[in-house]
Amino acid sequence: MIRLEKRPQPSRAWSMATPLVAVLATMIFGGLLFAALGKPPVEAIRTIFWEPLFGEFSFYYRPQLLVKGAPLVLIAIGLSLGFRAGIWNIGAEGQYIMGAICGAGAGLAFYPAESFLIFPLMVVAGALGGWAWAMIPAVLKTRFGTNEILVSLMLVYVAEQFLASVSLGLLKNPEGFGFPGSRNLQAWDSAHNAELIAGTGMHWGVVAALIAVIFAYVLLNRHMTGYHIRLTGEAPRAARFAGVNPTRLVLFCLGTSGALAGLAGLFEVSGPSGQVSIDFNVGYGFTAIIVAFLGRLHPVGILLAGGLMALTYIGGDIAQSNLQLPAAAIQVFQGMLLFFLLAFDLLTNFRIAIGKPEVA
Amino acid sequence: MDLSAINPVLLIASLMVAATPLLLAAIGELVVEKAGVLNLGVEGMMIVGAIAGFATAVESGSPFLGFIAAAIAGAALSILFAILTQFAQANQVASGLSLTLFGLGLSALMGQSYVGVKPPRMGDIHIPGLSDLPVIGPILFGHDIILYFGIILTAAVWWMLKYSRIGLVLRAVGENHDAAHALGYKVLKIRLAAIMFGGACAGLGGAYISLIRVPQWTEGMTAGIGWIALALVVFASWKPWRALLGAYLFGGVTVVQLNLQAAGVAIPVEYLAMSPYLITILVLVILSADKSSAPAALGRNFHASR
Repeated sequence: MIRLEKRPQPSRAWSMATPLVAVLATMIFGGLLFAALGKPPVEAIRTIFWEPLFGEFSFYYRPQLLVKGAPLVLIAIGLSLGFRAGIWNIGAEGQYIMGAICGAGAGLAFYPAESFLIFPLMVVAGALGGWAWAMIPAVLKTRFGTNEILVSLMLVYVAEQFLASVSLGLLKNPEGFGFPGSRNLQAWDSAHNAELIAGTGMHWGVVAALIAVIFAYVLLNRHMTGYHIRLTGEAPRAARFAGVNPTRLVLFCLGTSGALAGLAGLFEVSGPSGQVSIDFNVGYGFTAIIVAFLGRLHPVGILLAGGLMALTYIGGDIAQSNLQLPAAAIQVFQGMLLFFLLAFDLLTNFRIAIGKPEVA
Repeated sequence: MDLSAINPVLLIASLMVAATPLLLAAIGELVVEKAGVLNLGVEGMMIVGAIAGFATAVESGSPFLGFIAAAIAGAALSILFAILTQFAQANQVASGLSLTLFGLGLSALMGQSYVGVKPPRMGDIHIPGLSDLPVIGPILFGHDIILYFGIILTAAVWWMLKYSRIGLVLRAVGENHDAAHALGYKVLKIRLAAIMFGGACAGLGGAYISLIRVPQWTEGMTAGIGWIALALVVFASWKPWRALLGAYLFGGVTVVQLNLQAAGVAIPVEYLAMSPYLITILVLVILSADKSSAPAALGRNFHASR
């Protein structure tokens, strides 16, 4: 008979190994899925994981890795703080959109002035936009006890409608021949989030993501607030007795994750995407949830997981053009990854024992 | 703007149609939560039900078979959630989210060749005499059969939870799983059954959107209805009749804003389209003060150590 025995402590070794096991399992089952769609499975997996890094056109794809990975890491770092404390912000997509709108709006107010102050202003406005949007579920939770999961998610749909409204109205390019969407920020030097070193994909968002990783690492390991976050997640009752203020923690976690998501949105519209348009958002806010879990809610883990997830985006694009693999197949692939991760997590907390339990 | 173009009889009749997917999903989730399990994957199960039902109805030509397939698909997806949370002891919030993310991708993959296809129509019932009555006829006696099934299901769940032995055991598992286990009830099996029931209901709700309410297939067409259904369970304080009331309220908001859009009210379309989500938040705020009716073991995993 196979039983599960709870480990006295979670296994550190398995905690490190489960993401790798999950990735392997996803490759196997993803391969089966691709085979079921009539695509060569080994070729498809190789295209997704190998082609962007070492393939013929890797000189083009490697910089893309940073471009796609930066927003994922930036958002996931913020989410991980809350997830650790049992505060579930799943509306990062909305905060990402609002950060982009506020940041771009603040910049466009000064169009066509040229000043080195405009981009920093946009960065601040972007962070504030995301922060303010995340403060709605935070304040409602602390003031009325409203469920932050549902409120933050509802606000994604509200933000999407607002995005449609501003791209057709307030921020619409007056010289855009009636097409929806704002002015192209790439064409305006003061607002353009350009590559810092040409040809590397390294833009300010990447720098911000790296700073966020270091910031989160120091916060969690060396700072009282970080300790409170970990304590609340692992032993909520003990945390209350130790004098942790839950209200402050909710405001801090949701606010930080909102601000980081807002930053990610601003760096995206001022750089790779270039303009605020109805569909500039591609779901980074939701994929970042997978990144946060895959990275074990640990800053360094998230950095690696963000890279891996960016790889599946780019590799998915290549597989789409080379093998006609449908885009939705990659979405299923990413969803599968989270499934397997959660399933294999069993081995971190439980030991599989064979035989009859001893009578105590 | 021409508000006189809005026909109140048609408005109420379409309100009931708009409310049915919400009602089906919410009743399913209500049973799941009564068993102490929080499944945030409703949106994912709905959208998979929507495409499974749509595809089956188109291929077989029978909307009825479509609904059965949708229920099976929703239940099948919910088994994945049950494996994660009940067997692998994974966090319920994370597992539910993964179910939604996976379901959205899976449905997009399944639905590729069905974009723009017209599904077979499910006929409305017609009771001679009753259906021809003015005003009452089109409101009460002129709908499709699934709409009535939703109302009957609400009554059945209410009766089951309140008066039957199964309902009592289900509530016991949801309130205190350790005590229920000590009494000899199979906590995991009961929860598995509840989760699958919830999945089947969500699947039906999804298929109602793609086969009757819209009726066509577009990617991501559930547009947050699964999440509103989750909010509805809180709104209903875990009581079936209040879920019905809530579903009609939200159905009403949706239908009224669509009618206002069509009538050309001076409010921009985007702001009208926001309204169901904003009202959901508002309702959550008003009703969050009282958490006493929530099942005590909601969201906690059970592992029999002894």
